[in-house]
Amino acid sequence: MHPSRRDNGSAGEPRPAPEGPPALSVDNLRAYYLMHYFGVEREVRAVDDISLVVRRNEIYGLAGESSCGKTTFLKTIAAAVRPPLTVVAGSVRYGFLDRDIYALSPAELSAIRWKHLSYITQGSMNVLNPVRRVRQSFIDFAYRHMRLHRRAFFAAVEQHLRRLHLAANVLDAYPHELSGGMKQRVTIALATICRPEFIIADEPTTALDVVVQKDVLAMIREAQQQIGSSMLFVTHDMTVHANIADRLGIMYAGRLVEEAPTAEIFTKPMHPYTAHLVASLPRIGEQSRKKSLSGAPPNLAAPPSGCRFHPRCPLTMDVCREASPALTTLAPGHRVACYAASPLVKPSATAERAAVPTPRAEPVGLVQ
Amino acid sequence: MSGDLLEAGHVTKSFAIGGLFGRGHFNAVDDVSFTVQAGRPEILAIIGESGSGKTTLARMILNTLAPTSGAIRFRGEELLEVRGRKRRLDFMRQVQPILQNPYEAFNPLRRVDRYLYASAVRLAGAQSQKARDEAVDAALQKVGLSLAEVKGRFPHELSGGQLQRTAIARALISSPALIVADEPVSMVDASLRMSIVNLFQRLRDELQVSILYITHDLATAYYISDRVIIMQKGKVVETGPAREVLIHPQHPYSILLKESVLSPDDVGRGRLTLEHDGEAMRLERIVR
Ligand SMILES: Nc1ncnc2c1ncn2[C@@H]1O[C@H](COP(=O)(O)OP(=O)(O)OP(=O)(O)O)[C@@H](O)[C@H]1O
Ligand SMILES: Nc1ncnc2c1ncn2[C@@H]1O[C@H](COP(=O)(O)OP(=O)(O)OP(=O)(O)O)[C@@H](O)[C@H]1O
Ligand code: SF4
Ligand SMILES: [Mg+2]
Ligand SMILES: [Mg+2]
Repeated sequence: MHPSRRDNGSAGEPRPAPEGPPALSVDNLRAYYLMHYFGVEREVRAVDDISLVVRRNEIYGLAGESSCGKTTFLKTIAAAVRPPLTVVAGSVRYGFLDRDIYALSPAELSAIRWKHLSYITQGSMNVLNPVRRVRQSFIDFAYRHMRLHRRAFFAAVEQHLRRLHLAANVLDAYPHELSGGMKQRVTIALATICRPEFIIADEPTTALDVVVQKDVLAMIREAQQQIGSSMLFVTHDMTVHANIADRLGIMYAGRLVEEAPTAEIFTKPMHPYTAHLVASLPRIGEQSRKKSLSGAPPNLAAPPSGCRFHPRCPLTMDVCREASPALTTLAPGHRVACYAASPLVKPSATAERAAVPTPRAEPVGLVQ
Repeated sequence: MSGDLLEAGHVTKSFAIGGLFGRGHFNAVDDVSFTVQAGRPEILAIIGESGSGKTTLARMILNTLAPTSGAIRFRGEELLEVRGRKRRLDFMRQVQPILQNPYEAFNPLRRVDRYLYASAVRLAGAQSQKARDEAVDAALQKVGLSLAEVKGRFPHELSGGQLQRTAIARALISSPALIVADEPVSMVDASLRMSIVNLFQRLRDELQVSILYITHDLATAYYISDRVIIMQKGKVVETGPAREVLIHPQHPYSILLKESVLSPDDVGRGRLTLEHDGEAMRLERIVR
């Protein structure tokens, strides 16, 4: 059932230091949902001043609780921005592009889509056209990019599917004839077949059983090493991150609160929220109740003042309520936004901003 | 009438369509039998391979798909007999679904509160606007949301986890006796996941609701379930008390499942090893 797989002898060697420009750099990005309800203006600050870099050939994991803004961040960096989502400030630059992604026209955007930049959206089965067979989706998205004859193209597609534990006959199925996990894998196949330079993935393995999940993650890892793609991988599942991410960013209420190499996040978390996440990981065989965070997740339309975690934080001090802590490098490659982590952490100069935003870019519509 | 809340007897569903598995048929669900007793509410976990027929089985229990052979009975009544508006409504009141992908469960062009209100009116008999609001808000509060947060929103205006929880709230409105939950926690973080499975436990213990809990998450299955069924390729390969099966699995597939659970302890060793398919494909790496 499985194709023969190459033994990939890359076990354990640290990767060479990345060279050249980063694969992605995001600077002071803010993206809000701007809504007018019955004359009332409402602004949901789902991405609020995030800066990060994804290196070449790196898998950058982004974690955080439900509704903290992970998907919004991905939509924004994929330029899949549609009203009411509005990019209020910041820039998004990819290594393969000479310009900010928001400077591209819709036509230029769709030209890079799938070939250079793939975006696996959350619950992404909707990229599959419900009234057409899966085969047709591969033709629509990948055929012209692959520059192969039809036969060779489908041979490549079938081989790719097999690595995801899918038989070639899924190509002849309609989406509704596939199980949830099968559709999810078809989407992963679509997003990776053209070997794009950058892959954005939003919860790509949530519908998979653990056996298949493990292999799909290994496939992503392997493909990523072979192609040298870079990846931004979002999931709330810290165990998945532990196994796939090189570095991890932890998001809380629209902000990045900690970033470090994956192992360090698990062994030496410095932000109280990260510490909570790591401590509350479920393990099979455990029946004791895990402590859950006190208090409700913050409302992003009216986020708490200062450090957004302060209403739920066990270490809150006065300063926490007043000013937002800046994401500060406290150890090599380890950034933290928490006053309790170190006296080096100062209030952020850029975090607070006027309430009425000036849209920075016209929303562009590249999504599928 | 038997003493069973739900009884599945030799249930088989075969599909033959669009060339998917060649001509001929294949059994998506193959001779599956189990019972859930009345008066003894329990959480029965169904775990299995992707494509092993879990959702298909759930659809048959929800009476939206008819078995090819075998029978499903709810309170002794065969589901095929549940016909006519009144009996169907009564069945829906008692057996509620939480569907696998909330993005598919909600029509993108319809506001999510409409679904909740529809349940409150049709299944919980809420007449006045006030009664509706109360029924809907109470259900949303149980999953950590509120009517104020959800009202007027379209599915794409909620995050994945919020939408999933809205689907759970909708199932709670009619105070069902049985909930068929198809991967209800796959889209929520560990903390919310615990609060949802704790909610399931409370529903079982305090409101006598039985729950079919379809999941890929062995840790929560272990944590809340009384019994577990493990499926592969349409068949039940192992079943028994949850703790026993998950700690000492007997069937090779159950053993493989347990071994494949990723552990956060792998961090630093970062091993993703693929050896179970016989071909020694290994992919090891160091997460630094
Ligand atoms: N189109 C929209 N209009 C208004 N608000 C929105 C819209 N989409 C998302 N939001 C809100 O923005 C916030 C962030 O949502 P987002 O989908 O980015 O969260 P997430 O971190 O991906 O969560 P999850 O893990 O549950 O998927 C949420 O409060 C959500 O309700
Ligand atoms: N309407 C249909 N027509 C044809 N085949 C179908 C149909 N629905 C499901 N199948 C097939 O039946 C099998 C079981 O699907 P099902 O959705 O029940 O799996 P599942 O166990 O829920 O998987 P997952 O964990 O991935 O959700 C799959 O091979 C699927 O392709
Ligand atoms: S800055 Fe203050 S409130 Fe925020 S995480 Fe640190 S100690 Fe807690
Ligand atoms: Mg999301
Ligand atoms: Mg399913």
